[in-house]
Amino acid sequence: MITRRKMLMLLPAAAFAWKYVLAGTPEMASNYNRSEHWWGMLLDIDKCIGCGNCVRGCATENNVPEGYFRTWVERYHVPGWRQETPQVDSPNGGKDGFPPSTAVGGKNFFVPKMCNHCAESPCTQVCPVGATFESPDGVVLVDETYCLGCRYCIQACPYGCRFLHPTKHTAEKCSLCYHRITKGLTTACCENCPTGARQLADLKNPADPIHEFLKTHSVQVLKPYLATGAKAFYHDIDGSVR
Amino acid sequence: MCVCCASRHNVATCSIPCATRNRARGWPTEPDGVHVSKFKDAGHLVRLAIACAIVLVVFLLVRAYFIPKTFGEYGHYRGAALSELSSKPLAYAGHKACEDCHADVLEVKKAGKHAGVNCEACHGPLAKHAEEPASMVPQLPETAVLCARCHEENIAKPKTFPQVASTQHSGGVVCKTCHVPHSPLLQPGDKKS
Amino acid sequence: MPVDGFMYPNEIELQWSVLIVVYPFVTGLVAGAFILASLERIFHVDAVKPTYRLAMLTALAFLLVAPLPLQLHLGHPERSLEMYLTPHRSSPMAMFGFVYLWYLMAVLLLEVWLDFRRDIVLLSQSTTGWRRLLYRALTLGSSNISQGALRVDERVGWVVTLIGIPSAFLLHGYVGFIFGTVKANPWWSSPLMPVVFIFSAMVSGIAMVMLVYMAMMKLRKQPIDMRCVDTVAQYMLYTFIIDFALEMLDLIHRISVADESFRSLDFMVHTRLFFSQVILQIVLGTVVPILAIGLIQIFHVPEKIRRAAYAICGCLTIIGIFAMRWNVVIGGQLFSKSFLGYTTYKLELISREGELVAAGLLILPFIILAVLIKVLPPWPERQTTIGD
Repeated sequence: MITRRKMLMLLPAAAFAWKYVLAGTPEMASNYNRSEHWWGMLLDIDKCIGCGNCVRGCATENNVPEGYFRTWVERYHVPGWRQETPQVDSPNGGKDGFPPSTAVGGKNFFVPKMCNHCAESPCTQVCPVGATFESPDGVVLVDETYCLGCRYCIQACPYGCRFLHPTKHTAEKCSLCYHRITKGLTTACCENCPTGARQLADLKNPADPIHEFLKTHSVQVLKPYLATGAKAFYHDIDGSVR
Repeated sequence: MCVCCASRHNVATCSIPCATRNRARGWPTEPDGVHVSKFKDAGHLVRLAIACAIVLVVFLLVRAYFIPKTFGEYGHYRGAALSELSSKPLAYAGHKACEDCHADVLEVKKAGKHAGVNCEACHGPLAKHAEEPASMVPQLPETAVLCARCHEENIAKPKTFPQVASTQHSGGVVCKTCHVPHSPLLQPGDKKS
Repeated sequence: MPVDGFMYPNEIELQWSVLIVVYPFVTGLVAGAFILASLERIFHVDAVKPTYRLAMLTALAFLLVAPLPLQLHLGHPERSLEMYLTPHRSSPMAMFGFVYLWYLMAVLLLEVWLDFRRDIVLLSQSTTGWRRLLYRALTLGSSNISQGALRVDERVGWVVTLIGIPSAFLLHGYVGFIFGTVKANPWWSSPLMPVVFIFSAMVSGIAMVMLVYMAMMKLRKQPIDMRCVDTVAQYMLYTFIIDFALEMLDLIHRISVADESFRSLDFMVHTRLFFSQVILQIVLGTVVPILAIGLIQIFHVPEKIRRAAYAICGCLTIIGIFAMRWNVVIGGQLFSKSFLGYTTYKLELISREGELVAAGLLILPFIILAVLIKVLPPWPERQTTIGD
């Protein structure tokens, strides 16, 4: 017989168990606290081999449509000392790797590109309705149920990382695999990178080795003069990269 | 302000008759017999103001109804979007998930040059397999394609990275013949892979 | 997509199409036509009085069409209400809904209603059938057209026009601000952008009203008031000179400063944008009208030739200002933000954002104007014929 006493004893047990029921649902890990994290990324040019694993991994993880890129890899050929006119190519965003280069001599390297998750992002500033925003943990995200598809954010991004989804008709871009990092996993691109050229960084976590790296090595962001507060840091990058 | 001569004298005391004023504006003077009712002179503007007020109230009600409930929780966006975006399904399980069941492979890999290469970088997305191993068996692409992706010689790759011109290196022999993928400097038969 | 050089992969396809060229063009005409009308109302330039009512109706016709290119362009037009629900105050585009509504309701519709109210009341009493119902609805139930009421209308209308001038600047200026504040795009990013937009809008609006007036007089077999048209053309000239000066200032500044984008933009103007920028916008669309109308101010030119010159210059001006919008919007997307390459704009014929739709949107205001002229005749003679 169910007495009031039994119910009173069952309730805390139920509450305790409910936590585990919830943990089974594909939401963020129950111990993820947004205010404890401030996400960024380290891209080490010295290590990038242009294999394109990151581009393929991202496309698989995030169902990125063919011909559009949440991340891509560029190949640079800098013939001499001049930095204004490098030769750059990115066949299909580097998704199928790179064909053999015809370049001879000079500086040659790969540069992975992605959303820089800017702390003062020009793209979230111009959204007329608040469909794109920076989360409390530093990730610039798009709310695809709210986006009008006006494309102002795509125009405002200095790095060319946004596109309009061809069937959803909303703006889309790298989400820093928000559904993965909130569960303690790393992003799909970092997971698939064989050389560690791409590494997720938690800029609020002093124990994070990448955070430590950023404090002790020369790093740069792209287009710093635009004051976007970019959080994708490049190590060992040449001045010719744009 | 008197409309016909555009001077600033008081229109109430203006001595120019209204017919002249109307003609100056290019309007015909009133035809005879037209009925003009006696509302207050600004009555039409009052009606307009009331109509606008009604529209404004309706707008505010509509707004209150349609604004998403979680909007503004964390900033100028729909707060619920954060949990929605955290809830998308995984395609890649992450290397930690593999280590639980495949510790033996991990032992070999840890000791070799591919220690830093995560399992799914070669074996593809395996979240489904990690969830329910029997549901999906991972398929590997041909080693010639797979290995070449990283190790085919290219001038843009870092000089210190091991790369070969595959035709010269093996003369068409498949990579797996001489290399153990999990620890590439081993030869097949050296240790169980 | 044919790409020259290198573009970031997501940049190859243009985002803002010809519809985003049509939109500032149309709101520019609205602002310009309204400014012309305000010349008579506020600044007492009596010579342009014959164009007053026509200018208001033209502005209204174009304003009603203005949101259409935007709706057709949006990925989700059904969500456009969100601009009214949660406007993001840091975004210039969020202003659109409110500025548009303000200008439509509090300026243009109110202005037209106050100016035409007497005619509406008279027509509501002299017509029959559905026309009678229409006019009665427009009276809002008040048929007071006594001298006192008309005096009130006059005064309120004057205030509305006065407020309308900065409102017109805001309606079109904010579009220039939308482009001018995109720091990512050096072709757009400039504090001059809103000012250039406003002045080129005024030029196009004045030219449009001049053309419509001349066309209407021709259609009605009435004589064209040359004093009026001469004055309108003069104002167009003055505004044009300021507009041209601003655009040349931008150009000279760019050449002088020669920042990292300069080489890329220079190449683009000399190749992909040569026809639309140098030929259409600058030479045919600006220099020729300025010279022609300027010469008319200096030398005595017979009336017939003046009329022809105004008609041709008006058309060239309209084309030139459309080309200016094209060069800003499309031109700003043809080059890569890496400054290493260029893409091409593929304008389709039949598509939601294609040529046919754009042409249709440019013709629609004239159809609306024809309807407005029938419902609210700008000329007294026509009014009495309806009254019979």
